[in-house]
Order: sequence, then structure tokens, then C-alpha cells
Amino acid sequence: MTTKAHRVNDLSWMIGGPQGSGVDSSANTFARACAHAGLNVFGKREYYSNIKGEHSYFTVRASSGTVRSHIDDVHVLATFDAETAFRHIREVVDDGAIIYDPSLAKTKVSDVPTIEHRLQGELKTYLIARGVGETLDDMLTTAKQRGVTLIPLPYNGLLEQIADEFKVDALSKIARMVNMLAVGASLGTIGLGFDFTVQALNDVFRGRTSTVNMNASGARKAYEIGKSLAPDFGYRLEEIPRREPRLFLSGSQAGALGKLYGGLRVQTYYPITPASDESEYLESNEVLDLDGHGAPEIEDSTFVKEKGASVLVVQTEDEIAAITMAIGAALTGARAATATSGPGFCLMMEGIGYASINEVPVVITLYQRAGPSTGMPTRHEQGDLRFALHAGHGDSPRILLASGDFEEMIRDGLLSFNYAERYQMPVIHMVDKALANNSATIAPPDLSDLRIDRGRMVLDGNGYSPEHPYHRFELGDDPVSPRAVIGQHGTLFWNTGDEHDETGHITEDPVLRDLMMEKREAKLQLAAKEIPDSVKFHYFGVKDAETVIVSWGSTKGPILDALDGLLAEKESVGFLQLRLLNPFPSDAVMTYLAKAKRRIDIEMNFSAQLGGLIRERTGVDMTHLVVKYNGRPMSNTELHDAVKAIIHGKVPHRTVLTHGA
Amino acid sequence: MALEQVLRAQDYATEVHNDWCPGCGDFGILRTIQMALAELKLDPYRVAMVSGIGCSAKTVHYIKTYGVHTLHGRVLPVAQGIKLANPNLEVVAVGGDGDGMGIGGAHFVNAGRRNLDMLYILHDNGVYGLTKGQAAPTLKLGVQTKSLAHPNINDAINPIWLALAAGATWVGRGYSYDVKHLKDLIVQGIRHKGYAFLDVLQPCPTYNDINTKEWYGGEDRAEQNGGRALPRVYKLEAANYDPVVHDPTEIEDKAKLALEKALEWGDRIPIGVFYNNEHVPDMGERIRQRIPTYYERTPAEQRFAGPHGEPLTDIRKLLARLTIPPSA
Repeated sequence: MTTKAHRVNDLSWMIGGPQGSGVDSSANTFARACAHAGLNVFGKREYYSNIKGEHSYFTVRASSGTVRSHIDDVHVLATFDAETAFRHIREVVDDGAIIYDPSLAKTKVSDVPTIEHRLQGELKTYLIARGVGETLDDMLTTAKQRGVTLIPLPYNGLLEQIADEFKVDALSKIARMVNMLAVGASLGTIGLGFDFTVQALNDVFRGRTSTVNMNASGARKAYEIGKSLAPDFGYRLEEIPRREPRLFLSGSQAGALGKLYGGLRVQTYYPITPASDESEYLESNEVLDLDGHGAPEIEDSTFVKEKGASVLVVQTEDEIAAITMAIGAALTGARAATATSGPGFCLMMEGIGYASINEVPVVITLYQRAGPSTGMPTRHEQGDLRFALHAGHGDSPRILLASGDFEEMIRDGLLSFNYAERYQMPVIHMVDKALANNSATIAPPDLSDLRIDRGRMVLDGNGYSPEHPYHRFELGDDPVSPRAVIGQHGTLFWNTGDEHDETGHITEDPVLRDLMMEKREAKLQLAAKEIPDSVKFHYFGVKDAETVIVSWGSTKGPILDALDGLLAEKESVGFLQLRLLNPFPSDAVMTYLAKAKRRIDIEMNFSAQLGGLIRERTGVDMTHLVVKYNGRPMSNTELHDAVKAIIHGKVPHRTVLTHGA
Repeated sequence: MALEQVLRAQDYATEVHNDWCPGCGDFGILRTIQMALAELKLDPYRVAMVSGIGCSAKTVHYIKTYGVHTLHGRVLPVAQGIKLANPNLEVVAVGGDGDGMGIGGAHFVNAGRRNLDMLYILHDNGVYGLTKGQAAPTLKLGVQTKSLAHPNINDAINPIWLALAAGATWVGRGYSYDVKHLKDLIVQGIRHKGYAFLDVLQPCPTYNDINTKEWYGGEDRAEQNGGRALPRVYKLEAANYDPVVHDPTEIEDKAKLALEKALEWGDRIPIGVFYNNEHVPDMGERIRQRIPTYYERTPAEQRFAGPHGEPLTDIRKLLARLTIPPSA
């Protein structure tokens, strides 16, 4: 065995298996073990629209530095079925490793019905070209020839030992433990101290001591096998002391936390992937505490002391009911929201128009997924920008705010409510499948600057009387009228989907119609003026760069990671991340993008929707487009390579990224 | 919620010009709602009237309470959103038969499952009036009202059956020209603890030339009755019908009885209360089991911001569960 230079604390690990076999919890355990060791982790989850049996996989990057995305390379592939090995073995780097079940060695590609015909053909061609047969053994042989370390893990034998040790009468009862065996073998291979695995198991199986013990015992056995079979493996993880706590969370949780912090009190939803996780998390935490921030006048108040706070989560019959029920709740003064994905958002359009004409503050969190129609329900896309911007008939002002990472998801949860109430219109908070299902360690965000702004609200004892009546849609110098809520004394109002007069009664008067249309539009102008640049956009990288990337949403992670690499290579690159997409931050585009020699629009959709919008709103044209629409999020690797190729003039106007299984 | 001062029915009227056709059955429903609000002494500021789309939906503009005229078919989800966020408000929903049974059908059945404490009044005239007389879901098969090119090719939904099947715990039917009886039904429906559904037979003098005031009143049957009109509608209470589920063991029998009664049509059309079951907890109560402070700290009225906008919702416990502690 030759001694190699080890690559320490920069690892890309993947585990896969049939849906329902516990891939998620094993990946969670692996990621948590790394996190407990002080490493930063980023996890990406891929799965079919299926309950049991189809292939799902999870990649985890662990690093001493910042990680915000996945890379194309896999350093360690952990498998316990044949399909995962067949599908992903070609992604393993030459000096990487694969953990597999030797009892499956004779399985043929064509024995795995869940591998699509196209991929079966591709795999067979790959194997034939290398002069081998089509079994897993053959596939492993090709990998070994490249230098990949093979780590056979005798899953059945290990399960038998565990069954014996813990007096389990049937192996089927502990069959799911193969996951944790794969995790144990992985961590043994890369040499991370076993204690972290135990800590992670304690997190994952919180309070279930016997489960923890059994899994720890199994993982330990597999750990030793990994360690002994690859004693000098080139990729290592080592503990990094960390003095500060970090959060390890998913985007769905970040979305829910932001909304709660922002005062969400009613959330409606209809089940849909990938949005439901947020609502389920909220419902699991429906009884809330209040915090007086140490200020005695708040701490001592009854409403804080008695902790009478809650969020009501309502599962509706469809998304039409979800949006309209949220509107009803908002009319009473509750901060109300719904969360959905594209197909559900389609059903919400009439509600959005209604909220717009009635100036109802309601928030819609839109978890985009691959469309059109049912599309690929569990796969990623940013294909709804144009749709969210225009959803509904007529001109109906709304605000669009797009988050690019977990911290932004938290902050934007609160800001969405603020803008909805301040400008009295629907706010569509744009997020997506990648954000929802990614998990990562982040520094606990400093939210101390955030304040709740309810806008122009009419308070009790407001002085309105029959002689001086309240008008919900008062026309004045301020396009934002004082807002009362249902149930308040002295402020009766009416709402209607028809055009209305100042009290809210139906009108078809042409003069009033003009005034109301102009009032509603003026609120958008006001929002454009008031919302600070720090919310509208972020700019990263070289000032006045030759090449400026523009994008929105979850591409932020891989773009920032790619940018680090490009800057290290002394490229003159910058990145303009647009966050407020309506009203559109035209000034930022003109300032940061217009003068660049190369203007690259990077988006996870077919038609480069933001690129088109920029041109529409500013006249600025993109010199290059980088798009992806295969349902798999962009990687650091492919973005780095795509931008590099553009800078060096090697590619045409449009680049289509295709990586991902 | 009850008022000290005495309000009369006309005190619940706005000055908005009413543009219903002369003789419209909607007038009777509007008037009886105002009478019922007065009888119950409801504070106008604590009442939300909610409607869908169509002639019936204009009702809320004529009533001096909070009024939310929503979208076609969406009266129930908006009304439920208001009630769920502030369970201490009185919420009354009104809508047409097309609104409730057609485009809003999914909401109709799911409202029954929730059993929220509110009243839903269905203006049942068999036609889509405001779009000029197309057949509505309550128009019988083979009936040809005057705007139809052909006799109705669809059969009718029975709103009483559907409401019972969906789980409404109070189901009644009124007739818009029997004002006092209808007012009593509305009062009972509002008082009912749970979801009350009231089907109101309501002639459309412009487009339904079959189920007219004269037809309901049985003027065509005067010959059988010695020259006096022989009304088709009759009152269940006058026929010794007892709709009340006195004990949970009676639920099945009373539901069967109501279903049987609801089949009557034609020469004998029952109005009154078909079913009244207060043994099913309403949704507010179900929520209170999970959120003990639901009625005292309604979602609508909770405070979540300090005097300077400090966010008061404490997410520290949730963050703690997501925290990886320092490793050294």
C-alpha cells in the first residue's frame, strides 16, 4: 500500500436506497456526526414521487470551510442495494470508495426494474464498452480498475450478530438497520471518531435508548470493517473544535420559523410536495411561547406571562379554500398565510386577485417544483417567476420576494408579513424544492434588527362616528388607507371582488375606477421607494467586474461556492442576487449589471425567466444564459465550469446544465 | 356580544341602492336576516356577513354589519377563515344554489366535516339569475325554465341530503315569502352550536317561471280547494315532526327521518327544521382541546409585537432543538 496525501475535511458523501428504507435518517445521522465533529455540512435530498421502492439518495458535503451546495464528484458512495451502486458508481472519483453488499454481486442491471429503460441501456453500453458483463460485480470491477476502493460490507452477517446480541427473534425487524451499518462503515473509512456517530444517533432517535444502543452497536461493527478495509483511504474527516453553537436545519423548518417569528397566527394548506413539510412543522408546534426581550414593561404584561399564543394550522379541501380561508383570517387582523407549490398555486389565482383588489395582507409561500402540470413533483425548478408575477386576470399588484438561503428564508418570513400589511397586498414568498429539502449547518442568524411593522392600522377608540365615518378604501394623499379589521368597533367596511368605492361597495363609475386602480398601483411604487436595497438585492465578488452573474433564489448557494473558486483563480467576477422581484429593482440592475462586459443569467428553468424580465424592465440584455431544467439542482462544479467556459469564450449564448441522477 | 341598546331591523340596513328585480325572493331573505339580527340583539361590529357571487351575494352590501362579498363559490372558505381566526364573531354566510352546490361544491361538503359554529343560508331558486337564467344545480331534471333552450339535462342535487351527508348538525329549509317563519329559522340557525345549513326556497320572478311564488303558494290548485289556493309548502313543526337529536343514540334514526322528509317534493314541500344535533363538538371546541387559550387569545387578537415592533414570538425552544452544541 502506497502512502497518499490525504485530503482532509472536504468530503462529498452519498447514500442511496429504496424509498422507505430509511435513507433520510441515515443521511441525517451521517450529517449530524460530521456536524458534532465541528464540520460544516450541506445535505441534498433526491427522491421520486413514490412511497416505497423507488430510488432515493442523499448527498452530504462536509467541510471545514463554508459549504452551500453539492459538487458533482462523490468521494464515498454508501450502498446497500444494487440500484444505488449501478446508478451512482460512475460519479465516484477514481480515488474514492464504494461500500456495497457482496451478496448482491450477481445482480444484473436488467434485474432492477426501478432503473428506467433509458438508463439500463446507458449502463449496458458502458459495461459492454469495457468488455465486461452486466452484473454488479462487473460494475464494481470497472470501478476498481479506475482505482476506486471497494468495501464489501456483509450486511446479513452483521444483522445476524446484532439480532443475537440484542435477542431479536426475526432479522426482518432490524432490516432497516442496514442504513446505519452503511453510515458506520462510511465513517470508519474516512476515519472520523466513532463518538460523533453515537451523538448523532442520540439526536436522531431522541429518547429511544434501546434503539440508539442497537444502532450504535451495529454501526460500530461496520465502522471497524470500514476502518480495516481502507486503512489509508485518501479522504479523511477530522474533528474541528468549535466554540459557538450552530443550527442544523432544513429549508422547510427555516420557512416555518421565519413565519412564526413574524407573527403567523393562521396557516392554511392543502397537502402538496414539497410545501407540506412547512405546515406540518408548524402544526407540530402550534402552541407558542412569547418573549419580552428583557423589557420589564413587556415581560410583566399579562399577554407575555400567560403565554397565550398559538398558530392555527388548517388543512383545507383544496388550494382555492386555502387561499380564501387565509384571506378571511387576514380580514380579522390575524397574520395569515398559506404554503403551496405550482399546481396548488394555479388554483390560488382568483384568491390572489381578490386579495389584491381588496387590499388584504396575505402571504403565499410558493415552494416551486418542476412543472408544467404535475411535472416532476419531487424535483426542483425555479419555473414560476413569470407565473407568480402575473397570476390572475387584470392588473393586480403584489409583492414578490425570493429567498436564496435558509437565513433569508427566516428573515423573509417576517418581512413578507410586514410588506403585506404595510402595502396591504398579497406577498408571494418565492422558495423552491431545493431550499425546502436541503439541510445544512448555519451560524445562528442574528435577527436582532428585525421589527414587526403592521403598517397603517386603525386602532380601537379610533374616533370614527356616524358623522365622521370610516372608509376602508379612503382616497387621500397616501395610497395606503387606514386598515380596520372585522370585529373592531366603529369601523364597518365591506369587501367585494367587484370594483368598489371608498366604503367597499360595488361601483362601475369610471372616475372611481381610475382612482382605485391608480391607488393600488401607487402602493407598489411606494414599496419600490421604501424597501431598502439591503432587502432588494445582494452583490458579491469583484466590484465593477468584467463578468457579472445575475440570479435569484436557491441558485445562490452553488453560485457563491463557484464564485469562491473563480475568485481564487483571479477571475473578475461578481454576482448580483435579486431578492425583491416585484416591484422590480431596476436601479440595482443598471448599477451592477448594465456595464459589465459579460452578463450571465443563471436560472433553474428553461426560458431564462429572470433574463427576460430584466430586459423588459431595464432594456439590459444578457450576453449569456446558463439554464437547467432536468429537475436536479445546480452543482458548484457545473456552475464553476460553465462560467469559466463563458469567460474564456468557449461557449455560445446559451448553456444547458444537465448533471444529476 | 348582545347589545344594550335596542336596534330595529331597519337599523341593520345600509343606504346602498338595491338593484334586485321587483318581486325577487332575495328581498324576503334580506329582510328576515335583518329581523333576526335585531331579535338576537347582535352588535353589528361583531357580525360578519359573507357572500359568494350573484344576486344573492349583494345581500351583504345591504346589511349594516361587516360585509364580505367574496368570489363565486368561495363564500364558505372565506367565512370559515373569519370564524376560525376570531371564533368570538358571529358569522353568517349567504350564497346562491349555483354558488354553493356547483362551483362551491367541495367547500359545501367540507364545511360539514368541520362543523364550525356558523350559519349558511342557501338562496335556492334553481337558476343562475345574474348570468340570465341558466339551470342551477337545484333545478330538477327535465324542467325547462324560460331561458333554457331545452329541458334541463341534469338532475338536481338535494341540498338537504347533501348537507346531512356532509355532516351539518342543523339542517333547515325556509320559504322566502313566509317571513316570520324564515326569521325564526335564521334565529335558530344562528343560535345553533355548530354548523347550521338553511335552504331557502326563493322564487326568481325573472328567470324561473316554473317554481314561482304562485306555484309554491299552490294557486294552480285552487280548484281542488274550493277556490282557495292550496299551498305546496307546509311546516314540519305543524306536522308534529321532531328534528331534535335528544340523545346521541338517536342520531341514526333522526338522520334517517330527515333524509326521508327531504325526499318530499311536488305537491307537499316541507319547510322547517329537518335535523338538529348538538352532540357533535364544533370545530372551535376541537381546536380548544389542542390549543387551550383558543377563545381567550384568538388568532385574530393575539399580540405578537412589542411597543417598538419587537417580535414577541419566542422561537428559542424550536431553535434549541435544531442546535448543534459547541464541539470544544
